Amino acid sequence: MAGIIQSLYEIRFLDELAEKRTVIHNIHPLAKLLTTLIYIVAVVSFEKYEVSGLLPLIFYPVIIIGLAEIPLLPILKRLLLVVPFALGIGALNPVFDHRIVFTAGWFTLTGGWVSFFSIVIKSILTVLAALTVIATTGMNRISFALRLLFVPRVLVLQLLLTYRYISVLMEEVARVLRAYHMRAPLHKGVRYNAWGSLAGNLLIRTFERAQNVYQAMVLRGFTGEYKTGGAPQITITDLLYLTVWTLFFAAARLFDIPALIGSLVTGVVK
Amino acid sequence: MHMADALISPVVGGTMWVASAGVAAYSIKKIQSDLDQKKIPLMGVMGAFIFAAQMINFTIPATGSSGHLGGGMLLSVLLGPYAGFLTMASILAIQALFFADGGLLAYGCNVFNLGFFTCFIAYPLIYKQIMRRGYTPARMFSAAMLSAVIGLQLGAFGVVLETLFSGKTELPFNTFVLLMQPIHLAIGVVEGLVTAAVIGFVWKARPEIIENASIGKALGSISIKKVMTGLVVVALFTGGILSWFASSHPDGLEWSMFKTAGVEELESSDGIHQTAGEIQEKTAFLPDYNFKAAESEAEPSDSESEEAWPAVSAGTSVSGVVGGTLTLALACLIGLGISIVKRRGKASAA
Repeated sequence: MAGIIQSLYEIRFLDELAEKRTVIHNIHPLAKLLTTLIYIVAVVSFEKYEVSGLLPLIFYPVIIIGLAEIPLLPILKRLLLVVPFALGIGALNPVFDHRIVFTAGWFTLTGGWVSFFSIVIKSILTVLAALTVIATTGMNRISFALRLLFVPRVLVLQLLLTYRYISVLMEEVARVLRAYHMRAPLHKGVRYNAWGSLAGNLLIRTFERAQNVYQAMVLRGFTGEYKTGGAPQITITDLLYLTVWTLFFAAARLFDIPALIGSLVTGVVK
Repeated sequence: MHMADALISPVVGGTMWVASAGVAAYSIKKIQSDLDQKKIPLMGVMGAFIFAAQMINFTIPATGSSGHLGGGMLLSVLLGPYAGFLTMASILAIQALFFADGGLLAYGCNVFNLGFFTCFIAYPLIYKQIMRRGYTPARMFSAAMLSAVIGLQLGAFGVVLETLFSGKTELPFNTFVLLMQPIHLAIGVVEGLVTAAVIGFVWKARPEIIENASIGKALGSISIKKVMTGLVVVALFTGGILSWFASSHPDGLEWSMFKTAGVEELESSDGIHQTAGEIQEKTAFLPDYNFKAAESEAEPSDSESEEAWPAVSAGTSVSGVVGGTLTLALACLIGLGISIVKRRGKASAA
């Protein structure tokens, strides 16, 4: 119950963020989508023991979150909810990989811990990238970008319709669950004898709703194309955005920037 | 069961993207050939239904704990395998984008594990076979149960293989399988029970919904052989190409050796001139690299091996830690700076 309301809230929250108008929001959705994908591939392509080389890539989400005026706390909250799943498997690395890679007095660092930290950083970076792209672009414009990437019409249409009806159906499920819990206040979940009727009734209503939706669409002249309104043109700014970020990712991938900075500083100190 | 980006490699992620895109293209072709335009809104609204229904807590009898619906099996029973697969793909896309539940690079893996195995293996090979001789409650129950359990077992095994091929985890194959399969057996049983309960109810109330779906003209005959052959070819091809690309890049070991060597040289000398020289050397790194790589190929000791570990000197580690901390501090400063500038801009505008 609480979970469903919370999810509904999170979707609406991201929707509202996507409606803002900032420098980042104004970038063409295709440029943002491609940049995000390149970023994720760059992050993931680091070998399993890389830690310091990954750090400069944090600049990308930090700058986007700042420029797009995305409030930090809700994004961090989502991050805390999601990351543990990937860490569950990564946490076993220290158990299996005991090779000592660094010792300083009583402190020893094993390969397992290094690869675990690498997974932690990669999780944070990839999750932030996915959340920022939707928070600055919104579903309609992402779908528009997908069409430009030649994703078939049916698939994009289906994605948009699912998305459009999620809030409607989640509200309905929340209502049904509220009714159930008011009649059965001590039940934590739905009892076995109501599984079929509760979910089944919802399903039948969904079918009927789909029919109404279809009829309404036909009456409004649906011909198989989902119109999303104005189609933004790709400008020089968009190309620059894509190119500059890609160059930065490539530089971060090829050079260990923190090690360079570190050697500069430690060299100067000496 | 949704895989995250952090645990997969670009090669595995890319290959699974292509494989899932292939299955999606095949499915689109199939549903378009029996173009029933009504099906498009039905798929959309059903996707939203499954999305919402996944959030219902079903109390598991005699245990006190609760389980959830996954929905892959229910979708293929109600919409047929092709539309079911596409609907699952869009549910997973929204989960990945809005909840970061499953990564974007891992999206192909997730669509394959949760969509392909249920819609293209469990549904035609188990559910349809059992239900072929007509509907009875017992038959429907065993069909839903078996297909849900086997679909999820295959999906979980897919997760194991994709993760191990990616090589980010140290988990040995046996341990991983022993971790994943029993958990997903339990999840599969709940999935089967919920699916059976829902199908049973809908069959009693509105049998035509189930019947229409199971007759589903174009949906009846899946050429599994065709799909599988196509998939194997596509997977081998892209896997091969992607790994060729990956291996033609400087591999981790050679790169760290070179880097370490470079930094050590720096430590032994002093002054900022050396550092500048070092940076210069780095910027001219790529043309140099071919030569270095060719040189190292001749030495078998330099070949990449799991056991080898780049020599870590205290000097490198110190500069790494210093540099890493500075990088993060700089990132925080930039973030703070941007938000302060933005706030000021707003205040002055207002």
